[in-house]
Amino acid sequence: MNECLLSAKKLTKRFGGLTAVNNVSIDLWRNHIHAVIGPNGAGKSTLTHLLSGDLPPTSGTVMLGQHDVTGWTPEKISKQGLGRSYQKTNIFLPFSVWENVRLAAQSRQPFASRWLQRATTFVATNARAERALALSGLENRKNSIAGTMSHGEQRQLEIAMTLATEPQVLLLDEPLAGMGVAESERMVRLLLTIKKEHGILLVEHDMDAVFTLADQLTVMVNGQVIATGTPTEIRADAGVQAAYLGEDMDEAHA
Amino acid sequence: MSTAASNLEILPRGVQVTLALGLVALVAFPFVGTDFYTQMVTRMMIMAIFAMSLDLLQGVTGLVSLGHAAYFGLAGYVLAFLTPAGEPVSLWWTLPVAVLASGGAALLIGFFVVRTHGIYFIMVTMAFAQMVFYLFFDNKLLGGSDGIYVNFKPSASVFGWVPFDLDNKLTLYYITLGALLVVYAFLRRMLWSPFGRTLAGIRVNEHRMRAMGYGVFGYKLAAFTLAGSLAGLAGYLWGVQTGYVNPELMGFQMSAHAIMMVILGGMGNFAGAMVGAFAFDYLLHVFKDLPQFGSVNLGKHWQLWMGLFIVLVVVLAPRGLLGLAERFGKLSKKTGSTS
Repeated sequence: MNECLLSAKKLTKRFGGLTAVNNVSIDLWRNHIHAVIGPNGAGKSTLTHLLSGDLPPTSGTVMLGQHDVTGWTPEKISKQGLGRSYQKTNIFLPFSVWENVRLAAQSRQPFASRWLQRATTFVATNARAERALALSGLENRKNSIAGTMSHGEQRQLEIAMTLATEPQVLLLDEPLAGMGVAESERMVRLLLTIKKEHGILLVEHDMDAVFTLADQLTVMVNGQVIATGTPTEIRADAGVQAAYLGEDMDEAHA
Repeated sequence: MSTAASNLEILPRGVQVTLALGLVALVAFPFVGTDFYTQMVTRMMIMAIFAMSLDLLQGVTGLVSLGHAAYFGLAGYVLAFLTPAGEPVSLWWTLPVAVLASGGAALLIGFFVVRTHGIYFIMVTMAFAQMVFYLFFDNKLLGGSDGIYVNFKPSASVFGWVPFDLDNKLTLYYITLGALLVVYAFLRRMLWSPFGRTLAGIRVNEHRMRAMGYGVFGYKLAAFTLAGSLAGLAGYLWGVQTGYVNPELMGFQMSAHAIMMVILGGMGNFAGAMVGAFAFDYLLHVFKDLPQFGSVNLGKHWQLWMGLFIVLVVVLAPRGLLGLAERFGKLSKKTGSTS
C-alpha cells in the first residue's frame, strides 16, 4: 500500500512584493514520482527550497511523515529523512568522488564526531556510500576529483550524495539539466530504479523525461498551481496548453 | 589543482622526510646550541603549538579568526594568577585549569561568533579579543598594562616525588618538544577522523553539509573550543618559559602573527603551521638584528621586511613554504627521472 511521505499545505513564499510561491499544496507518496513543471520563474526551485528548509515559508505547513517540519533547519529536515539535489551542481569540488559520497553517508553515522578513528574505517558508512555509488553508476570514478569530471558525471554525483544519506523523500531539482542523451537515459533508468523505495519530487524541463517518469504532474505558472493530475490529464488540459506547453508538446509527444 | 592536494593534507614523502629530519634536529639542538638559542627554540616550539591551533580553524575549517591570541594569553594569565607570591604551584592542576579556562572562553565566545560568516567572522573574533585585551589592559586588579610576573615556575612534584624540574631550561625544552609532538600527532590524526573530514567539508561547502544533515554550528563550535584550548596550552607554556605575562599576549598583533605563520608555512595540514611558526620567529630575529646604516636603523623596521617577505612568499608560493618544498621535491624527481 502507498503511504504519504510528505505533505505540504498552502505554502506561500513572499520576497518583499514578489510572491514566488502562492498557496501551493503538494503530496509525495512512496513509489511515486511527482513532477513539477512550469516556465522559468514559475517558483519551482523556491518550492523545493521551502520543502527542504533552505528557505522558511511565509505561510503554510510541511509535514514530513508524522512530523510538522515547517520552519526547521535544512540539517534537521535532512536528518528526518529528506534528501535533495540542487539545480546548480552543489558538491565538494576538491574532494574525490568517494570522499563526496562518503561524507554524505557519514552524516547518518551515530558517531560522526569521533576524533581519533580514521573516517574510512566505519563499515556501515562505507557500505552506504558504496551502495549510492553503485546505484548512480560512478563506481569506476571513485578516485576521480569531483571538480575534474564532466558536467553529467557531476550531476550523477549530486544524486549519489543525496542517496547516500538514505532519505525517504527525494527532491530533485533539474537532475537532467545539461546532460547528454546517453547520460539522461541513464538517469531516467536510475530514477525508475530508486522510485520503489522513495517518494520523489522531480523538477524538470526535459518533457520527454517528465512524461516517461511522472506518476503525477503539477504545473506551476507565476508561483501558482494551474493544474495537477496524471500525465494524460495534464496533456489534455486546455489551460496548461495555453499557459505553458503550447504547441511544442504536440510536436514532442505526437 | 584540487584544494585537498593544494592543502597538502596528505604530506608528500619528501615533506615527511624533511619533518623527520627537523625532529632529529630539534632533539639534538640543545647539545649543540647555546643556552640563548635553546630558549629561543623553546619559544619557537610554543609558537608552533599556537599556530597549529589556529590552523585548525583557518586552514581546516575555513574560519579565519583575528582574535586567537585571546585564548593564548588567557591561559598564561591563569597561571600567573594561580601562582602564589612565595612558592611554586603544582603543574598538574594549574595546566588543566588554564587549558579549560581558555577552552571555556572559546566555547562562550564561539557560541556567538561561529554563527557569522566570512568578513563578519573575522570582525567579531577581533572585537571579542579586543574586549578581552582591554579588560586586562585597563584593569589594575588584572595587572593592567604592565602585566604580571609568574614568580615561580610550576612544580611537577607528585606527593614529594619530582619527575622533572621546569626551572631547568633543558627540561623545559624537552617538555615543550613533547607537547609539540603530542599536539601535532593528535591534530594529524583528527584531520582524518570523521570529525576532521566534517570540518574540511564545512570549509569547502558549508551549504551542502547542512543539506546532508550536518549540524554545522555544533561542529564549528567544537573546533573553535578545541582550537582555543590548544592555544591555551601554548599560552601556559609561554607563561612558564618567560615568567611574565602582559596584555600584548592577547593583542591584535599576536593574533595577526599567528595568521601570518599559518599562511607562511601553508594552511590546512598542521605541518605547514609548525614550519611557518619556526620560520616567522627566526626571521623576526634576523630582521630585528639588521644593522644600522647611518641614520636608518634597518632592524627597527623589521615589520617592513617581514611584510615584504610574506608578500613574496604568498606571490611566489601560494601554498606556503611547505608547498614550495613539495614543488622542489617534484621538480628534482622529474629531472632525476629524465636525466
